[in-house]
Amino acid sequence: MGVMADAWTWLTTGSNWSGEGGAWHRLGEHMYVSGAALGIACAIALPLALWLGHIGKGGALAVNVSNAGRAIPVFAVLALFMLTPLRTAGYAPTVIALVLFAVPPLLTNAYVGMREVDRAVVEAARGMGMSGGQVFRQVELPLAYPLLMTGIRSAAVQVVATATIASMVGQGGLGRIITAGFNTFDTAQVVAGALLAAGLALLVEGALAAADRLLDPARRAARTAGRGSAAMPRARAAA
Amino acid sequence: MSTRQAAQSCLAANDWICGEYLRTRAQELTDATIEHVWITAVSVLIGLAVAFPLALLARARPAFAGPVLGLTTLLYTIPSLAMFSLLLPVFGLSAALVVTGLVLYSLTILVRNIMAGLAAVPAEAREAARGMGYGPGRLLWEVELPLALPAVMAGLRMATVSTIALTTVGALIGKGGLGDLIDDGVQTTFKAQVLTASVLCVLLAAAADLLLLGAQRLLTPWSRIRRAGGAI
Repeated sequence: MGVMADAWTWLTTGSNWSGEGGAWHRLGEHMYVSGAALGIACAIALPLALWLGHIGKGGALAVNVSNAGRAIPVFAVLALFMLTPLRTAGYAPTVIALVLFAVPPLLTNAYVGMREVDRAVVEAARGMGMSGGQVFRQVELPLAYPLLMTGIRSAAVQVVATATIASMVGQGGLGRIITAGFNTFDTAQVVAGALLAAGLALLVEGALAAADRLLDPARRAARTAGRGSAAMPRARAAA
Repeated sequence: MSTRQAAQSCLAANDWICGEYLRTRAQELTDATIEHVWITAVSVLIGLAVAFPLALLARARPAFAGPVLGLTTLLYTIPSLAMFSLLLPVFGLSAALVVTGLVLYSLTILVRNIMAGLAAVPAEAREAARGMGYGPGRLLWEVELPLALPAVMAGLRMATVSTIALTTVGALIGKGGLGDLIDDGVQTTFKAQVLTASVLCVLLAAAADLLLLGAQRLLTPWSRIRRAGGAI
């Protein structure tokens, strides 16, 4: 595999990492764009999905948004943005396109998570005299947590992966290393850029999986051996 | 300016919606659409042909289930642009590169759904068929697959729709069907071309979804009867 050796040489050459078009700069752009998009998407999708789940309405919306999101190519959305005045607005076209693609999985998973909370548990909490807000904070949210996290995880990985496509319309990010390699017929650079982009996506997936394991309230409750309200999520996890 | 003149100059004015573009570039649009359809169709069909044995293997040998699911999920995490680029040294600038990448992506959804469909076959149905003397092949073909069909078709629809969207990224190497027109339109800031190709992509996905839904209805007439019976 001569190409792999060349790609390795590219990756281990210091000058490829420094400067305006260097790998560090591209990585920074990639993380900035992905982080901003994920943050905005969470701020939009999660409150909406949790509220719809709490009042038990809008299920069709959650499913249809997800289906429509799958059918629309992110490349087309980016291309359309680049032909509007947005093109001069820095990273805005990429961030907005990524927000549009992160919202569906966040919305659907958070909504389904809320609706899959055992109705008997919710009824019991109401019967104990909990208010709507208390039911939401102390019962529904902890029980919906695993699916909520699954949604955030898949959205984060999707955003980091999709951000590479921004380079096809001339926006920044790790994809630029790949497209720049194509423009100069430099296969080693194309493969090196691809390895970086794939590596970052896998790294984010792995890091989030580990964080999920550490932060899951059911697991935490199991570790602190069921005291007070923490016992409830554990009971659900066991069921 | 008369409407006729306006219609003729929408290309010069670089309007988003332009009838003249549709008329003068009809051939280009048709060719790109046909390329898009065949790349998608070939990818999904090969994906299905690979996913079935994998799902059956994972079912027959539970030890394989974890690795098969893990590997296909891992593939799905890799960015499409990176996937196509990593395949470049193997395939060069050919449609086979795009098809291979798309096949790998489709596996995640297809394997998962085929396994879920087969796992959901009621044990009684399997027992009854065995009691009637069905061998494993006939059991799979005549009992398990028909019962797993709704889940398999749901996976096939999802895989097809996302493959149609992903095919556009093939524009990276000039084999992206309608994606090539989008790519070219961005480079030359040709609004009508980008919008028309994008809309065609979404319409293609919607049409494929409806077509597969129709095929599923035809293939599982019993589910309609059951639903009608349940309504009474």
